Amino acid sequence: MSEILNDETKKVLVEPLVENNPITLQVLGICSALAVTSQMSTSLIMALALTMVTACSSAAISAIRNHIPSSIRIIVQMIIIASLVIVVDQLLKAFAYEISKQLSVFVGLIITNCIVMGRAEGYAMKNPPLESFIDGIGNGLGYSLILVIVAFFREIFGSGKLLGMEVFHLSKDGGWYDPNGLMLLPPSAFFIIGLIIWAVREWKPKQREAIEFKIMSISHGEHGGHH
Amino acid sequence: MEAYISLFVKAVFIENLALSFFLGMCTFIAVSKKVSTAMGLGIAVMIVQAITVPANNLVYHTLLKEDALSWLGIKGVDLSFLALLACIGMIAALVQILEMILDKFFPALYQALGIFLPLITVNCAILGGSLFMIERDYNFGESVTYGVGSGLGWALAITVMAGVREKLKYSDIPAALQGLGITFITAGLMSLGFMAFSGIQL
Repeated sequence: MSEILNDETKKVLVEPLVENNPITLQVLGICSALAVTSQMSTSLIMALALTMVTACSSAAISAIRNHIPSSIRIIVQMIIIASLVIVVDQLLKAFAYEISKQLSVFVGLIITNCIVMGRAEGYAMKNPPLESFIDGIGNGLGYSLILVIVAFFREIFGSGKLLGMEVFHLSKDGGWYDPNGLMLLPPSAFFIIGLIIWAVREWKPKQREAIEFKIMSISHGEHGGHH
Repeated sequence: MEAYISLFVKAVFIENLALSFFLGMCTFIAVSKKVSTAMGLGIAVMIVQAITVPANNLVYHTLLKEDALSWLGIKGVDLSFLALLACIGMIAALVQILEMILDKFFPALYQALGIFLPLITVNCAILGGSLFMIERDYNFGESVTYGVGSGLGWALAITVMAGVREKLKYSDIPAALQGLGITFITAGLMSLGFMAFSGIQL
């Protein structure tokens, strides 16, 4: 194991978590991410599914990378990813039917998730299978981290529960907490992601974007500035 | 008829693909800096959505659905697990064909929309629309309505977003919130606005 976890591998695995997080930095894969975050359980399953698909598709694509003609590589990648997603979808339907109903179309949408495609195109086409697999896991975990953080806030403030277990005693059962209904609606996910990005960039100023339009201070002289 | 109008309004406003299902977010965030570009992409999405949802509806109902192959005399076959693969293949093929048709017959339109078309194949809003159509078991007429409506809703959302972002240039935003962060907060506020339609019943 120590042989596998050398420095390069560790970098590939850990870097996507904060330093190079696919959601906050690369703006990838937010699409289907947010719709399932109103509960922890669905978002954990979604995160697991996406991590597995990213890792396996990266490994598979990387294994045949030298045999794919570059003109049809996108379609080949797409077919591999779609087949893996079908496998995941069928597994969920077989073993976790309730959750697969809640996830509805969003498991299928992993196909068009930019993280999967982005890692296939950006990393797996140039690196050997094992590294690609680990890179896939790393990026999948980076995505999972954001997803789980969002779901944590939405579930605990929206319904006072975590993974279905009561944490805050609700006022309708004689407790003290009034659930915040907004947290269960889609807008809250946007706000939470926005705040996470703000926090991460406050912490790691390197990730900030260059300011496109700088606000200049206008000097207010005696004669005004309009001449 | 009323059912179709109701479905249309629902697809445009209440169940807006971008703002209440977060579909097509990557492009929604990346291409909403200028109103003109955003509108171009919006129109392209609307056209592709209006074509692919009904097309996938036909494929699903004639080939994939349980017992759908009975017109060939084959009974008891359920290929609906292939829906994902069929939808994405259909979308990729249709976008390619659309690109060629535009290039051949409407060069001006191709100039304006051509660059967006490859982007659209991997846009979750397009695949999402087809998957919702399958999940909700729409018939052909409903799928046409839903395709046009959901595409229009997405186009509306990205155009409005671009308008807001153009004005945001003049505001003094904290350095760490610049760009992506404030865009998400704006999208959240817009989504809140669209939520207000959810009480409408026709």
